[in-house]
Formats: sequence, C-alpha cells, structure tokens
Amino acid sequence: MYVNEMVEEASVHNRPERKKRLGLLFWICVGWIALNLLAAALANVLPLQNPIFQNYASVNAGPSLHHLLGTDDLGRDIFSRIVFGSRVSIEVSLGAMVIGFGVGAPLGMLAAYRRGKFDSILSSVMYVFLAFPAIIATIAVLSFWTPRSLLKIIVVIGVASIPLVYRVIRSAAMTVATKDYVVAAKVQGATDRRILMKELLPNVAPIGISFLLVGIATVVTLEGALAFLGLSVNAPTPSWGNMINESLAILQTNPWLAIFPSLAMCLFLLCLNFIGDRLRAHFDVSEGKL
Amino acid sequence: MSDSTQPLLKVRDLTVTFGSHRRKLSAVAGISFDIYEGETLGLVGESGCGKSTTGKALMRIVEPSSGTIELEGIELTTKKGKDLRNFRTRMQMIFQDPISSLNPRRRVKDIVAEPLDCWKTVEGAEREALVNDLLSKVGIDPVAYGDRYARQFSGGQCQRISIARSLAMRPKLLICDEMVSALDVSVQAQILNLLEDLKAEYGLTLLFIAHDLAVVKNVSDRVAVMYLGKICEIGPSDTLYESPEHPYTKFLLGAALEADPDSPIHGDVLSGEPPSPMNPPSGCRFRTRCPNATDKCANEEPQLVEIATGHQVACHYPLSTLARK
Repeated sequence: MYVNEMVEEASVHNRPERKKRLGLLFWICVGWIALNLLAAALANVLPLQNPIFQNYASVNAGPSLHHLLGTDDLGRDIFSRIVFGSRVSIEVSLGAMVIGFGVGAPLGMLAAYRRGKFDSILSSVMYVFLAFPAIIATIAVLSFWTPRSLLKIIVVIGVASIPLVYRVIRSAAMTVATKDYVVAAKVQGATDRRILMKELLPNVAPIGISFLLVGIATVVTLEGALAFLGLSVNAPTPSWGNMINESLAILQTNPWLAIFPSLAMCLFLLCLNFIGDRLRAHFDVSEGKL
Repeated sequence: MSDSTQPLLKVRDLTVTFGSHRRKLSAVAGISFDIYEGETLGLVGESGCGKSTTGKALMRIVEPSSGTIELEGIELTTKKGKDLRNFRTRMQMIFQDPISSLNPRRRVKDIVAEPLDCWKTVEGAEREALVNDLLSKVGIDPVAYGDRYARQFSGGQCQRISIARSLAMRPKLLICDEMVSALDVSVQAQILNLLEDLKAEYGLTLLFIAHDLAVVKNVSDRVAVMYLGKICEIGPSDTLYESPEHPYTKFLLGAALEADPDSPIHGDVLSGEPPSPMNPPSGCRFRTRCPNATDKCANEEPQLVEIATGHQVACHYPLSTLARK
C-alpha cells in the first residue's frame, strides 16, 4: 500500500496558492478612504479655516488660492466645510453599522445555525420590519423625535439597518451551516459556541466585511438624504447632505456649492463599493477553484 | 445470536421520522442490529432507503424518534448537553463529500487537532506530536503539508485528513457514510486499504454504509441490507452474497455488474420504483415489487428471524424454503 500512496502523492497536484493581487485601483481607493478618515479625525488641528466663520467680503466666490473650493452664500469656506461635514457622514455611518452589525450579525448567524422555531420567529419579525422602506421609517421617527442630535440619528439608522444585516448574514451563514464540516465539528464534540466562532465566522466574515462597506456607503447616502430634507444635524453644523441642501437656492449663482460636496460624497461611495467588491472576490475560496 | 459476548453497539427499534403529523416520513422505520467489537458491518441499500439517516441517528446528528442505542451497554438516546458531546467522541463519522467535510479556511494541522482542542486532552508539544503522527499514519506528510489549507487538497487527500481527524480521540466505532463513493476507483482502493490497516492498528469497529456492493463485500464481515427504512436481511457477507435469502437481496446482487465483460447477466432485473416512504405499503414493505408476494405479505409484517447461525431474514418466504418446495 505504501507504493500506492506514493503514486497518489506524486500524481495529485498540490496546487500552491496562486498569489492573488488586489490591483492598483484598489489601493488608490483605500488611500482615498484613509485620507478622508484622517482628515475628518484631524480636522480640528489641520490648518483649515473656520467652517462656520462668515466672511461677507467674499460671498459665492469661485475656487481660488485663498478658498481652494470657493465660498458659499455666507462667505464660508467650502473646502473646510466639506472636511468638517465628512465627520457627520462618517460618524453616522460607522455608528449605525456598529448597531446594525452588532445586533443583526450575531442574530443572523445564530438563526442560520439553530434553525427551527428560533429562526422562523426571528425571521418573520425581521421580514415585517424589512417591509417598511427604511427611508420612510427613519424620516417618520426623526421628524417626531426632537430635538435631533447626532446620537439619535445614529440610533435610528442603526436600528433600521438591523433587518438588512440580519438577512444578508443569515443567508451567508446558512450555506456554511449546511456543510459537512459543521456536522463534523459537532461529531467531534465541539460546543455550539466553538462551531459558531471557528467554523461559521471565518466563512461568513468575508461576505460580512464587503456588506459592511456597502452598508457604510448606503448610510452615507441615507444621512445625505435626511440632511437634504433637513432631518439631520442642525445648521450651521456642516454635513455633506445639508451643504447640498443649502446649495439648492443658489444653484444658478454658485454651482460650486452643489458640485464639491456631491463630488466628495460620490468619490467616497465609489471607493467603498469598489473596495468591498474586490475584497469579496479576493477572499472567495471557491472562485478559481477546479 | 449464538455467542455470549456483549455487542459493542446495540440498536433496538430505531426509528427516525421527519416532518410533522400531517406529512410524516419515516426514513428509518424500526431497525435493530448489533455490532460486535472488532468487526465491520456493511449497510447497503438503494438511494433513499435510510442507510445514511441510520448512521446520522447513531451519532444523534439526526434525532431518533424512538428506539434505543447502546454503546458498550450505555444508553445514548437520553444523553444531553456535555454528556452527549462527550459520548460522541467514542464514535466518529466520516462523510461522503471529502471536500465539504473540511473547513476550507483552516489549516490541516488545526483540523486534525480540532477534537483535541475541543477537549483539551493534550496540549503544546504533545498535541503537535500527536497530530504529526496521525497525519503521517494516513499518508499526509505533516511537515510539507501540515500548514496548508484544506482547500488545497484533492478529494482522496481530504478523505485521508478526515480519517486522521476522526482517529484523534481514539474512538471505538467509526461510521463510514459512503466514504469512498465520491472518489476515483484507484483512490477508493487506497483509502480502503488504509482503513483496513488503521482498523487493525487502532482496534476499530466499523459501520460501513455504502451502495457499492463490491466495496461492501470486500471490507465487511457481516452485511445488513436495507429497503425503505427496514432491514430485510443481515448475515455474514460470504453467506449473504452466495445464498441470499431475501428476494430483495437477490435482486440487489443481481443488479451489481461484474468486472468480467463475458459473464452472463445473471438474475432478473427488479422492476418499478421503491414506493414513497411517506406512504409505505402495508405488511412487508417490499411486497409491491416482490415476485413471490402473497396475501400474507400484505397483511402481516415479517419480522427478522434467524434462518441460520448469524443469518437473519425478514421474509415470510425465504428463498431457500421456496427452493425446497
């Protein structure tokens, strides 16, 4: 039999892992997101102009050396307002995703692993919530829950995202939970907690991470939409959404106020989506196999 | 049974029912058998007859609806929680799909060490040594391949790793659920040889579930034949293959192909499909397809009776009695 074994050993090609590359564009996107995060974190110490200082001497000015991206109708520096505005978007999106994933992901994994009554009751509840359009629900709640604060916005959007996260994580975990290696772990006497952490989590995480990035992007737009409707942070605190909202009235005289915040938001979202997509493909073990 | 030795595994009236009261499906409908220490019991039958479900029910991956399972005289069906997890390590199972039975994102060494880590029986250098030993026993070089991920191996190699993992806790009983049916024929032979060697070395007892009759004949001391959730015949494999007593066994053997292209096709071919287990026939479950069926078969369910030493058959008209008439 040892001869046989050697034959098999020799004939079976142990494929060495081909080095997959993430590509230049991926790193450019990562760099842009990192720059955004850094700027938002350090906005107070960076040599930026005061975002709420009104300078009536230069109102609706175009881009210049003094005001890189121009000024708005109250003479405030657009560049500095975009940087400070990104804080709101980033804080809301990260905060909401912490709530959404913190509650939705463990519930989704547990439901997929346990199945049975626990799964069917929880899933029905989640699907009932999913039936409400998230934007309508958040608008309704935020209209009445005054005075609005950043924390309230985070909580409302975060809670609204729980069913979505739950659904995605549950279906991802479901395909893993039916695999033989989960049964095998059970057979070896592994505890449920160990199976969830060691077998399910590593196989659900790649999908979870890319959905997290898409989720952040979605919340940024949602916050933008809420701000556009005047349901986000109060003026004069800048956010990308309420800058676009303010630009509406003066669109003809000063298009810069509409263009730059939109561009900032757009680039941020594109980069996040691209990173999420690349990461998912990169960590997909089934892709390129056989 | 003739001998006085206690069976290693004693299964009595095991049933597994899926679904609720309105749409009930009895995948395993009351089967009883013993497995003695050191032997290999083959379990054969066509697809959907409940042989895999039987294996899973023994491990309590699928909950048995009724019946008892005794391993070394200890009742398993009532065990719960940690006690149940602990008892599972006395029995182990190898699955049909070698690729899917290993987590693609874990290293081979960690996969083999998983049962050890669950129970913290050995740690550190001792654990390392044990894992290396297990891997080299199944023909995987632990130095060259131990740190690779499971997804980098072929089906045959994955099955070897599965075997190594199942032996880590030194189980008494190994349930092999169609373990070679997903592999190439040449690899099948290697895995079966490996299993035979390890069986001797570790003093294993095997329940070998398969649909390939030639494979089962090769590895088994005794064979049980299942049809629609019931055992219709159990016997020593030589006797059973040479002089089957149950008409179904005869048909099953007749349907197996021989390696000699010139050999005449022997036996009649069984017609029809197995009836739905949702609505099994009354009396003998095989009567709808059996050429010898009578009214008695429809009204009275045949029980397993001993027809020769260690050879039991569940049929009102065993083939040897028919021939005598």
